[in-house]
Amino acid sequence: MPWPRPLAVTKGSGSAASGASHGGAMLTFMASDSEEEVCDERTSLMSAESPTPRSCQEGRPGPEDGESAAPWRGQDGEEDHEEDPDHYVCSGVPGRPPGLEEELTLKYGAKHVIMLFVPVTLCMIVVVATIKSVRFYTEKNGQLIYTPFTEDTPSVGQRLLNSVLNTLIMISVIVVMTIFLVLLYKYRCYKFIHGWLIMSSLMLLFLFSYIYLGEVLKTYNVAMDYPTLFLTVWNFGAVGMVCIHWKGPLVLQQAYLIMISALMALVFIKYLPEWSAWVILGAISVYDLVAVLCPKGPLRMLVETAQERNEPIFPALIYSSAMVWTVGMAKLDPSSQGALQLPYDPEMEEDSYDSFGEPSYPEVCEPPLPGYPGEELEEEEERGVKLGLGDFIFYSVLVGKAAATGSGDWNTTLACFVAILIGLCLTLLLLAVFKKALPALPISITFGLVFYFSTDNLVRPFMDTLAFHQLYI
Amino acid sequence: MTAAVFFGCAFIAFGPALALYIFTIATEPLRIIFLIIGAFFWLVSLLLSSLVWFLAGTITENKDGPVQKYLLMFGVLVSVFIQEVFRFGYYKILKKASEGLKNISADETALSMRLLAYVSGLGFGIMSGVFSFVNTLSDSLGPGTVGIHGDSPQFFLVSAFMTLVIIMLHLFWGIVFFDGCEKKKWYALLLVLLTHLLVSTLWRDLSIFPCRRERGAEKEGWIQEEEELINGVWP
Repeated sequence: MPWPRPLAVTKGSGSAASGASHGGAMLTFMASDSEEEVCDERTSLMSAESPTPRSCQEGRPGPEDGESAAPWRGQDGEEDHEEDPDHYVCSGVPGRPPGLEEELTLKYGAKHVIMLFVPVTLCMIVVVATIKSVRFYTEKNGQLIYTPFTEDTPSVGQRLLNSVLNTLIMISVIVVMTIFLVLLYKYRCYKFIHGWLIMSSLMLLFLFSYIYLGEVLKTYNVAMDYPTLFLTVWNFGAVGMVCIHWKGPLVLQQAYLIMISALMALVFIKYLPEWSAWVILGAISVYDLVAVLCPKGPLRMLVETAQERNEPIFPALIYSSAMVWTVGMAKLDPSSQGALQLPYDPEMEEDSYDSFGEPSYPEVCEPPLPGYPGEELEEEEERGVKLGLGDFIFYSVLVGKAAATGSGDWNTTLACFVAILIGLCLTLLLLAVFKKALPALPISITFGLVFYFSTDNLVRPFMDTLAFHQLYI
Repeated sequence: MTAAVFFGCAFIAFGPALALYIFTIATEPLRIIFLIIGAFFWLVSLLLSSLVWFLAGTITENKDGPVQKYLLMFGVLVSVFIQEVFRFGYYKILKKASEGLKNISADETALSMRLLAYVSGLGFGIMSGVFSFVNTLSDSLGPGTVGIHGDSPQFFLVSAFMTLVIIMLHLFWGIVFFDGCEKKKWYALLLVLLTHLLVSTLWRDLSIFPCRRERGAEKEGWIQEEEELINGVWP
């Protein structure tokens, strides 16, 4: 019986994959493809479903992989099906009360939805608060080299054309970078990848946070001397590098991931011209959809390769809300204990739905004990979900752009926020239904875009007129 | 104006709703999700009603004058109807969901229809209150004098209380509505609709306070004037 091996890689461990390249994107003048690649890799929702069979399987390093889980997720499911068909039986274990699985799914599904809502909300709050208070991020100060066409053209048609061209360039850079990364990974150029990822994180954690801090201090007219500044930035950056790439408290790591996603989103909001930003958002959701669901998508291939080699991929590119397992369940017989040792590695947490696999393990091996449902409940409770950082970034870009360009209007921002949360909820629901890898961007971004344009043009005048007359509907 | 008014009005308007949220909803993830879905339903209903109002405005070619007032009244009526329709739609969806939940787990009394009615009402209410008041609230943070042109200086306070009222009303309407649907008491639905219409069509001009100038969108005008006084007007 292939028990899952205890996974060697802990959260942020310095193993091969640890150099999450989320930092990569940052600098505009940096010719780093890591930007796009990073966005790319991060753009995916860790599927709740596909890890299910994986959890039944030994040593599947999948879940903690930093890269966009999307292709990998689907792939995992398929691979598992192919290689270990009997593992899928894990979910439908005899002796388990028929409704229990679904109930647990629902209960922990809801919990995991909230575990994703909270960080997404926090990231958006940080971005919106910054946009509304710090002028720097709404000033036009040049553009990224990836969007060379300017939007200061007299005619609407020309502007539209320029934004479409900008989008094409940006997306093609992303695609090229992803393919480059896949090739690097395929040909085992780990050192290169690691160096790249670490460089990116360094830039993000030090340079961008220094700029951010500088702008915030300027906005509030607070003086800070260089030694204090150096100390602050150094501590922030060093602790961030350690937390993200190596070991650290879970909450701190989550906080750092949220902060760097927010910083990245702010860079995009500042440097992407208006119309280009919207078109890019639309295009990147389409790209995400394609890259995750198509069999020959680069992200999918990347994950397949990682699966074949049984290696974790870049853990630092993924936000993980995994919780620590309790020791309580170790009172069962040794084999079940062996199975349960797995989760001590928080990074190995898989989504809620693959808890199907985990608890069923002992049941498959041992006769169902009376205390079982309770045990399973305990186990299930400790699961976590993961969301790619690219998703955070693009959600925040959408909401931030709404806040920046909404002419001081909060309704647009709030509408986009609710739309994105609903999209995320729907995506997770689809995950539960289809049990397949799904990209996190398309539904949320579509809702967000629809609500942005409709709220800005239709709802805003209506609500303004109502407030004008002090009418409440 | 500024922080005192901002925080005061914010807590007046959203305090009870926030307390309700913290103590009853924030603990259960499923309730939070239903709350957000309820808010989303209200948002969609608002979108549709804005669309109708906009189309009506376009059809009448946006003439100024009393036509705008009639259009607005029409918009409000349509909005109330659409909101109640969406409330009914949400009821149907929740009914299906709770039946599904009951099939799954027999002892799941945690999600009774009454609780869902409460959650959905609160969702509608919070979204309605926030959308109505948040722009006004953000204006109250800046410099300015309320009622500098002779309007009521209690503008923010009145708005805050009205927002509180509308949030609570949505909550109660939700409960009454769902109860009426559950027990097939159709007069309850009618009651909800009528009271909603009554509250929403309370036109300021009908109130006992005289008004010589329009507020709302133009209050920014007098805030601007105040800023000009403070900062000086530069050509």
